[in-house]
Amino acid sequence: MKIIGYIVQKEFKQIFRNKEMLPIIFIMPIIQLIILSNAATFEILNIKFSYVDNDKTSFSRSLIDTFDASTYFNVQNEYPSNKIASAAMLKGEVDVILEIPQHFERSLIKEQQTDLAVIINAINGAAAGVENGYINQIIKNFNTNARAKFMNQNASIERPKTIEASPSFWFNKTLNYKTFMIPGILVLLVTMITLFLSGMNIVREKEIGTLEQINVTPIKKHQFIVGKLLPFWILGLALLSIGLVIAKLLFNIPIIGNLGLMYFYTSIYILVVLGIGLFISNFTETQQQAMFISWFFTVIFILMSGLFTPIESMPRWAQYINEFNPIRYFVEVMRMVMLKGSSLADITSHIVKTIIFAIVMNVLAVISYKKVT
Amino acid sequence: MTKETVIHVKNLTKKFDDFKAVDSISFEVKKGEIFGFLGANGAGKTTSMKMLIGISKPTTGLATVAGFDVYKNTEDIKKNIGYMSQNFALYNDLTIKENITFFGGIYGLSRKEIKEKTALLIEELNLQKVSKKLVGSLPLGWKQKLSFSVALLHNPAIIFLDEPTGGVDPITRRQFWEMIYKTANQGTTIFVTTHYMDEAEYCDRVSIMVKGKIEALDTPKNLKNKFNAETMNEVFIKLARE
Amino acid sequence: MKRFRGFIKKEFFHIYRDKRSLFILFGMPIVQIMLFGFAITNEINNVNIAILDHSKDATTQEIITKIEASNYFSIQESIPNEAAIENSFKKGIIKAVLIFENDFSKKLGKDNNATVQIIADATDPNTANTISNYINAILKNYQHELNKAVKIPYQIIPKTRMVFNPELKGVFMFVPGVMTIILMLVSAMMTSISITREKELGTMEVLLVSPLKPILVIVGKVVPYIFLSIINATIIILLSIFVFKMPLQGSLFLLALESVLFIITSLSLGILISTIANSQQTAMMISLMALMLPTILLSGFIFPITSMPTILQVISNVIPAKWFIIILKGIMLKGVGISFVWKETIILIGMTLFFIALSVKKYKIRLE
Repeated sequence: MKIIGYIVQKEFKQIFRNKEMLPIIFIMPIIQLIILSNAATFEILNIKFSYVDNDKTSFSRSLIDTFDASTYFNVQNEYPSNKIASAAMLKGEVDVILEIPQHFERSLIKEQQTDLAVIINAINGAAAGVENGYINQIIKNFNTNARAKFMNQNASIERPKTIEASPSFWFNKTLNYKTFMIPGILVLLVTMITLFLSGMNIVREKEIGTLEQINVTPIKKHQFIVGKLLPFWILGLALLSIGLVIAKLLFNIPIIGNLGLMYFYTSIYILVVLGIGLFISNFTETQQQAMFISWFFTVIFILMSGLFTPIESMPRWAQYINEFNPIRYFVEVMRMVMLKGSSLADITSHIVKTIIFAIVMNVLAVISYKKVT
Repeated sequence: MTKETVIHVKNLTKKFDDFKAVDSISFEVKKGEIFGFLGANGAGKTTSMKMLIGISKPTTGLATVAGFDVYKNTEDIKKNIGYMSQNFALYNDLTIKENITFFGGIYGLSRKEIKEKTALLIEELNLQKVSKKLVGSLPLGWKQKLSFSVALLHNPAIIFLDEPTGGVDPITRRQFWEMIYKTANQGTTIFVTTHYMDEAEYCDRVSIMVKGKIEALDTPKNLKNKFNAETMNEVFIKLARE
Repeated sequence: MKRFRGFIKKEFFHIYRDKRSLFILFGMPIVQIMLFGFAITNEINNVNIAILDHSKDATTQEIITKIEASNYFSIQESIPNEAAIENSFKKGIIKAVLIFENDFSKKLGKDNNATVQIIADATDPNTANTISNYINAILKNYQHELNKAVKIPYQIIPKTRMVFNPELKGVFMFVPGVMTIILMLVSAMMTSISITREKELGTMEVLLVSPLKPILVIVGKVVPYIFLSIINATIIILLSIFVFKMPLQGSLFLLALESVLFIITSLSLGILISTIANSQQTAMMISLMALMLPTILLSGFIFPITSMPTILQVISNVIPAKWFIIILKGIMLKGVGISFVWKETIILIGMTLFFIALSVKKYKIRLE
């Protein structure tokens, strides 16, 4: 016990004395949190929109006005011809072009229908889909209004049956992406810092030779490992706290659930991460290797964890892998507890699985740590 | 007066795949001896030492250190020995005091003992002015002496020194060996490897390793007689030629 | 010259012998491409939803069957009443609840109007929105069938043409992004670590004292990573073309040139980092935190730049990756030539020169 204390004391001294790393451990994550939360959004805004108006009536003008009124689109200057508009899209000056045909209003009234050409830069396929959705919605609304106007002048038309869809968004009424992303980003930061620091730490002692010195002392394996990892466990929880404070103060993210539950789960989760870091460091000779391997797995697990894109949308093999992805559980727990107020009962399976991972990883790590080669 | 044997080695071998780094060496070290383990770079000295201090498992052969078996009781061995590695492994980003506290604590010294030893050490080595400075800022000679002292914190019966005088000036080397003598006189057994042949003169007995085998084992005086040499350096060169 | 060649050979050996790092250097792009190509998507599939049906009549049944038939949704449970919804969400399994009001068929027949409430768990606003849109579409479809006899008057029919990527394939977004990230990772991070390692081990001084000019030392350290990056870029391009059928509309030659330019830009960044960092750990963390993350986030790779707050959009201009992605997309997907990407190219060249100049200045200060 006391021996563990000596190691922890030394580790903390070294961490806080390292003037280069200290800002990276504490300030960088805060900056990341702030930038990431503001940058990470799948909302499509400020869409570069332009048009070619071959009708030039007040009717076509009013169609353009509805796009102008929308917050999603930035309506730019009109292009004189389709050709010039296409060239502009090639250059990247515009992403959506509306081509209003000649006799737009006339055809609508006389023939009861008319086409409206829309050209969308679809390089970002997902964004194009969303933009298409917005465009269709705007055109539909315009259409409905126009129809009402025309129909009032001509009352003999049948009324169609309509099924209204009335959406209601819970836990995040304003569909604020930050609310979605910030718990995830907290996960990301806590994971990365604890994993990289703990992994590289032991390898560093290997590289400079002090690990050998320690292996010659009668210190027991578990004493050394606990002493080494405990500081980072504390660091991880400290980072979580800082993150939560910023989330609440700066971004006003709802923290509905039980804080104690969040800390409890995070404590177990960090054990998993530390176990992985230790395990990796037992098989690498240089810090570079340790870093690389950690980075490799971290990127994969983070991408697959449902942090950015939903897990249900992934193919079955990916979902199977995700059963063993600790980050996935942390992301879910953070979102469920923080944003919805889920209780202990709701996350029991998450906790159990994470505990199992923690035990397995740390046992593996301890076994593979050799005081004698 | 026969002194007890503290290190007993018989046909000790270490193989890495097919390569025999240490090839069936045998020797004994008595309590209080200064035993020099010499040989050229790459002859197998460090590998042998690693087996004796319990961080490398031998391939075949027998060895006991302080009465404990190197296969089964490595942790007991470690309780009874001190070790000074080739690069004076101390933490460069901790102060002298902090290093002493750390290693003292690891070896199970009480807080009182650590305090006393720290004061003693700093006084002996004349480090009062720099006791709060980071070890990384110390000149090599001071690091060396400090490293040696830290290895002795827990009063081990045997201390293993791996090339302890590498890169250090001759005067500091001399001072260091005086420290070694003092420690040996107090009853500690010294097991030291080196490739400086002149240091062999300071040892009670030396063994010379060539390509994994012990080719000579005796007191410096006897070896010089045997090989008709004036210095141990000559002895080594004559040996290496055979 | 011979010394220089010998030095480069040593660097190559170093890298070649580190099989673990090598494995990851080449494996990483492949894995990432696979992930992005097959797993990472914002589309919804098999989303778990629940139904609260107050009417339980023929119409609601028809609608529910239609929803079930689509691949997007998987109906998990039936909720008895409104009070049970919140708990269901808290359990975390279902993402939305559809509520059919009382007397659905009757209301549709008499008033020509009936309402379906879509309650979506908006902790993931993207999915919630998409769910809402898809349900909406299915309902509109059903509505359209009901009204087949009725001709909708004054109908504006939007005819949408998706250009550059008619099938809305995700690959077009992520291949340029992954390529950029990998090139930056290998070049900047590896270079900074490699140079800092020599500093840490103390061998840098040895190199500097050797007859090899300092500039050649740096260049020698950097050359192997140029090769590695080129190989990586080639692997990525081949994979995307043959596995994901990504087109290469523009000139391969121009693509190669611009890639080499970006590699050099990243390398110069790596060198700059190595002048700031004194230990490998610091170099790595700077590369990660100050380089990699902003690159991923602000380059337009995953998140659209135009949707970000203005200040971030401004900052994104400083990120070399942003410009390279524009160049890549232009050449590969739009098939444009240098005349369309010259602005971005000049910016990259400018950045490179700036990083190199800054590194040289810092280097000289150190030596003095």
